[in-house]
Amino acid sequence: MKIHIKNGRLIDPKNGVDAVQDLFVAKGKIVAIGHPPNEFQASRVIDAQSLIVCPGLVDLSVRLREPGLEYRATLESEMSAAVAGGVTSIACPPDTDPPLDEPGLVEMLKHRAKNLNQAHVYPIGALTQGLKGERLTEMAELYDAGCVVFGQPDGLLPNLRVLMQAMRYASTFDFSVWLRPQEISLTGDGVAHDGEVATRLGLLTVPICAETIAISNIILLTKEIGVKVHLCRVSSAEGLAMIRAAKQQGLPITCDVTVNHLHLSDMDIGFFDSNCHLMPPLRSSSDREALRQGLMDGTVDAICSDHAPVDEDAKLLPFAQSEIGATGVELLLPLTLKWGAEMRLSLSKAVAKMTSEPARILGINAGHLSIGSSADICIFDPDHYWKVTPMAILSQGKNTPFMGMELPGRVRYTLVNGHIVYEQ
Amino acid sequence: MINRNPQLDENGVLQHLLTTEGLPAAILLHILDTAESFVGVTERDVKKIPLLRGKSIFNLFFEPSTRTRTTFEIAAKRLSADVINLNIAVSAQSKGETLLDTVNNLSAMNADMFVVRHSQSGAAHLIAKHVQSDIHVINAGDGSHAHPTQALLDMFTIRRYKHNFRNLRVAIIGDILHSRVARSQIHALTTLGVPEVRVIAPKTLLPKMVERLGVHVYHDMAKGLKGIDVLMMLRLQNERMKGANLPSAEEYFKYYGLTPEKLALARSDAIVMHPGPMNRGVEIDSAVADGRQSVILPQVTFGIAVRMAVMSILAGNQA
Repeated sequence: MKIHIKNGRLIDPKNGVDAVQDLFVAKGKIVAIGHPPNEFQASRVIDAQSLIVCPGLVDLSVRLREPGLEYRATLESEMSAAVAGGVTSIACPPDTDPPLDEPGLVEMLKHRAKNLNQAHVYPIGALTQGLKGERLTEMAELYDAGCVVFGQPDGLLPNLRVLMQAMRYASTFDFSVWLRPQEISLTGDGVAHDGEVATRLGLLTVPICAETIAISNIILLTKEIGVKVHLCRVSSAEGLAMIRAAKQQGLPITCDVTVNHLHLSDMDIGFFDSNCHLMPPLRSSSDREALRQGLMDGTVDAICSDHAPVDEDAKLLPFAQSEIGATGVELLLPLTLKWGAEMRLSLSKAVAKMTSEPARILGINAGHLSIGSSADICIFDPDHYWKVTPMAILSQGKNTPFMGMELPGRVRYTLVNGHIVYEQ
Repeated sequence: MINRNPQLDENGVLQHLLTTEGLPAAILLHILDTAESFVGVTERDVKKIPLLRGKSIFNLFFEPSTRTRTTFEIAAKRLSADVINLNIAVSAQSKGETLLDTVNNLSAMNADMFVVRHSQSGAAHLIAKHVQSDIHVINAGDGSHAHPTQALLDMFTIRRYKHNFRNLRVAIIGDILHSRVARSQIHALTTLGVPEVRVIAPKTLLPKMVERLGVHVYHDMAKGLKGIDVLMMLRLQNERMKGANLPSAEEYFKYYGLTPEKLALARSDAIVMHPGPMNRGVEIDSAVADGRQSVILPQVTFGIAVRMAVMSILAGNQA
């Protein structure tokens, strides 16, 4: 299929493009920008007048809930949600049931995802068997099966000896290791930031030092081993300051934040709103401010949705018993645009945080509109405000703290490998 | 997103009693004044008045309790309501029924009011949010969050003995961190205009930002009790001894247990309160618990009048 996308404003941060230009797609690739190739006969013309044409978004944390957790969501529902959000590449944490710790499971997931012909799926391989933090997984085999990085982005970090060995083993193959920094012995049953809100509501807390101690350990191990490390979902100003210092020393460390932590603080828990039961917990407004600034100055490399569809009953419980997580893959674009607008950033800078930057972290050839590259494209209306409602969200999970809010940025078309997989 | 106080309707009328936080002083005082009128009732030979005749009140106790459940039951019966006691800890929940399923099933039995005790902070708020608008919810204790009727009966007791709140120094002593009673007391005391509220505890039993609730923090009984008019002791749960909160009951008693010697540091007319059940020899010495300054038993009596007041204000047939 040959597609001519005309009159759109092309934003391609990696190539430094921000201009109204036509874009031409053939055989799944971007074949020309500006002028059509010789004898180009479009079978479909998309008029992108007053729309933005940018690389398909890359989301570093999307739970598809398969295998094993299909009551929360299915591959079908969440893959549709992803492309409705303009997301064309997704990294899936290994916290499925069973976890992604065997090549067979990864192959099955890749195969199922491929048959749906929607977003590209990049499984994050479990760093340890069963995510138990005891024995290493067959990382090289998992890589061959389709895992691109390895980690424990959820749940407990292995003890330091196992972590060091896992990092060392991963570095043998130049795999990067993804970790969510949280010291489990300081987390316990905590569900909220150790601040005024938890004090008022009588909720058990996760202190900031649970994050900073873990970051400190990881930084020291990175220095020792020289492995590439990605820190998932940093939540605190202090943690960020440590990462900034480590980056200044030249350590190969990157990090991301979630759309939730970029816009919310523990105050949003209000009267026990279980949609704000997230992990790491929403922290203070000054932490949130530091994350927003850290993203500006490049300490934070990327924004992810931390998409976690939860079935409704699991949120209709007292706060601490409710399940952790928020649906978000359809909110990555609107909430990133909102952040960019609030920080008075150019669209290109905001778009980079969900395209070229996460692609670089994931180590995949995506997130740009270079000629010859895969035609993974998101076309959106930046000025269209839409209301987040259960109907407007395709994900099977309707759980989000942003329910009812008006957000900017509606996806009109999503292309994957040159196919229109979503249009509205 | 900004939420309206879930206890009040759009006209500011009390719909549920979930916490003392955020309630205007006028509502708290109205409850105390109403309770005053019921104290007489509880002393009469015929102890029933018909304010809740024909109403069904369900005591939903997801956590064991003797005293609180009993006083709610007595209060409801004195108001002529029908009372159904459910110990859910041992029934539906153990069969896997969710909290809201249980509540919905009982709502279908035409309940007018739920009195809820639950081990999880926020349980009463959750129920209040999901019941039909004509059902009232009273929080009888949720996790470490709130226990508003206990705080109100404490306020009633303070007013009985100290007459007003404006010139008092009040100290709350013990496990503030895990205490729903302490949180509700602090909000009630500050709302009613007590100029100085202190908390006294070792640092392992204090939440991180407790001073943001408007209290002064002390770790030393000798300093903290100086000039105090009202001592509010808290129960120290036995399970706190097992973890890393405290080394031993003995050491706790030595430094934070209320003995006659420590009580002598407070004002000579200070009163001593305790929400019960007491751990004698852990947080309080028997000589104090049973002593001249103790108002612990009157607290229990007033508890019935205060709970009658809350129930009648929420669901009373229009008087």
